[in-house]
Amino acid sequence: MSSRETILTTVLQNQPPLTPLPDVSIFKVEQEDIVQKYIDTFISIGGKIFSAESMDALKTLMTQNFDLTKRVVTTLPELSDIAELYSSSADPRSFQDVELAVINGHFSVAENGAVWLTDQVMGQRILPYICQHLAVIVRAENIVSTMHDAYARIGEDQYGFGAFIGGPSKTADIEQALVMGAHGPLTMTVFVINNNYNTIQNIQV
Amino acid sequence: MSTATKEHATLAEDFNKDEERVNWHDGALWWIRQKRDISAKQTPQWEELREAASAIKSNVLSNLHDYLLQFESNLQKNGIKVHWAADAVEHNEIVYSILKARNIDQMVKSKSMLTEECHLNEYLEERGIDVINSDLGEYIQQLDKEPPSHIVLPCIHKRKEEIGELFHEHLGTEKGLSDPTLLTRAARKHLRNIFLNRRAALTGVNFAVAETGEYIVCTNEGNADMGAHLSDVQIASMGIEKLIPQKKHLGVFLRLLARSATGQPITIYSSHFRKPRQGQEMHLILVDSGRSRQLGRIDFRDSLKCIKCGGCMNTCPVYRKGGGLSYHNTITGPIGAILAPNLDMKKHADLPFASTLCGSCSNVCPVKINIHDQLYKWRQVIVKEGYATNKKIAGMKAVAWTLSSPLIYKMAGKTVRFFLNHLPFVLQNRFNPWYKQRDMPKAPKESFGQWYIKNKGKKKKP
Repeated sequence: MSSRETILTTVLQNQPPLTPLPDVSIFKVEQEDIVQKYIDTFISIGGKIFSAESMDALKTLMTQNFDLTKRVVTTLPELSDIAELYSSSADPRSFQDVELAVINGHFSVAENGAVWLTDQVMGQRILPYICQHLAVIVRAENIVSTMHDAYARIGEDQYGFGAFIGGPSKTADIEQALVMGAHGPLTMTVFVINNNYNTIQNIQV
Repeated sequence: MSTATKEHATLAEDFNKDEERVNWHDGALWWIRQKRDISAKQTPQWEELREAASAIKSNVLSNLHDYLLQFESNLQKNGIKVHWAADAVEHNEIVYSILKARNIDQMVKSKSMLTEECHLNEYLEERGIDVINSDLGEYIQQLDKEPPSHIVLPCIHKRKEEIGELFHEHLGTEKGLSDPTLLTRAARKHLRNIFLNRRAALTGVNFAVAETGEYIVCTNEGNADMGAHLSDVQIASMGIEKLIPQKKHLGVFLRLLARSATGQPITIYSSHFRKPRQGQEMHLILVDSGRSRQLGRIDFRDSLKCIKCGGCMNTCPVYRKGGGLSYHNTITGPIGAILAPNLDMKKHADLPFASTLCGSCSNVCPVKINIHDQLYKWRQVIVKEGYATNKKIAGMKAVAWTLSSPLIYKMAGKTVRFFLNHLPFVLQNRFNPWYKQRDMPKAPKESFGQWYIKNKGKKKKP
């Protein structure tokens, strides 16, 4: 008998009688101001956040807050005047000198600050991990309350790779001292595009 | 113990020799437990979440056979090659054969307790394959040739000066450097090169979804992703119990995992691997290694629900004071003590006794495993199977004899009180294990029984 058959046979023999799955639709959290909740959470996990009313406002914020003389890459054609558009078939190792990567996020989660990204918006899977600084653009209407809402939103999406990323890379392995920038980005910035917000508003740097 | 390794109590005693370190260790872990509490209290329906997680895992265990088949078929549809390993040796052979087929002799590995359990690194090194652990804590432990002492915080027992010394020796950092940020930067720089140059990467698995054939890896450092997305060959190793039925169930588990582990609302990275990157080869190894046997042990099968948050370790008074390495097992702490006897009852006979049975572990467990009940039940199995130490058997017999007769019990109490009050050196010496690292209490002049008889007739004062 192959190991596969041995394992499956033993499992079948030893598994207890079938028990039902619980109803997970009971988890509902109503947020009064979901955008504010998201902003607060993201700052609390070490992220930087800006609110902008348009792409032009976002460009101004980028120029003010990042060193654009180093290698800056993006998947957004509207940013091609300040960042390099890259090919999804390039060798992943060729991104090792990327200072800043700017990509679109599908949506954000208010309860934990994370942004949902798939290889469709990453262009290259390695990009949000290998860059020194990561910036993600999320529209205010694309913020959900909890992880339950997040998975409802993902639904049947057929991505090859997808990830929640919530803040800069972190470690506390040395004496529990929190250090940002373990192996991944040293900082993570989220630009919330909010047409209803007051004009360009610097929430926290 | 007749085994070659020292037993838990002896190893914990060694750890206790450095009082300053023990106090630091105790406080650091308790602080994490407190962060977990704050996080849990801020989460609405926290108890309902634990209940749901436990029920989902019960369903998984009760339908594991079908879920495994469903998962396998979906993995194959997604272009991931599936392997089955009955035990640690077979798992290691599979990894070796995958690497050998591509002439790869260097691999980078993110945190995986399963591969620690299988002693994969040693196996591959004997065959000329170099493996580097990329999680910072595990990397530090690897440099020091020690196993991890905690599943989430692998080097929590080490002081920063010791880590500085290791980095000075292996990475050439300045002697005496012990600043955590500077040490982390040194490791970042060194490991970046490793990530860029290794063609094969192995990761563990936190959750695997039967419905979609994807698996989820959670890290804070981003090391699993750095390895995986730069590799030509990606391998994931998982225990068969890591399955969950549907993707929507991840909502429950990802809300519980990081909050229970460190108090964070979610790990920084929760990566969902579903299909290989263009031109990449992806393998997944399903490992049994005693899990199907544990599934058949009615009293102990719920231990397979564990999602490896480490919450039970952070709260355990014995773990906090004794250190993870005293468990001489890959999975340490209370959960390790109920998983280990299934793998080797004789070797791990001491572990279920490394507990006060206070129940704190069960109270924080995000999937509501009755850990302390299982510890108690393992003790009975171990004694029945003849694996308890002679000292323990003699002690239990003496207690049983004393408690079996009211006369002997009263005499024993009287004797102990007499010695504690008049000749304390008889009990306060190195031959009494209760006197180690603690003072004996002051004994009352009389027992409760004596007090009761004396006061029985007296009326209550108005």
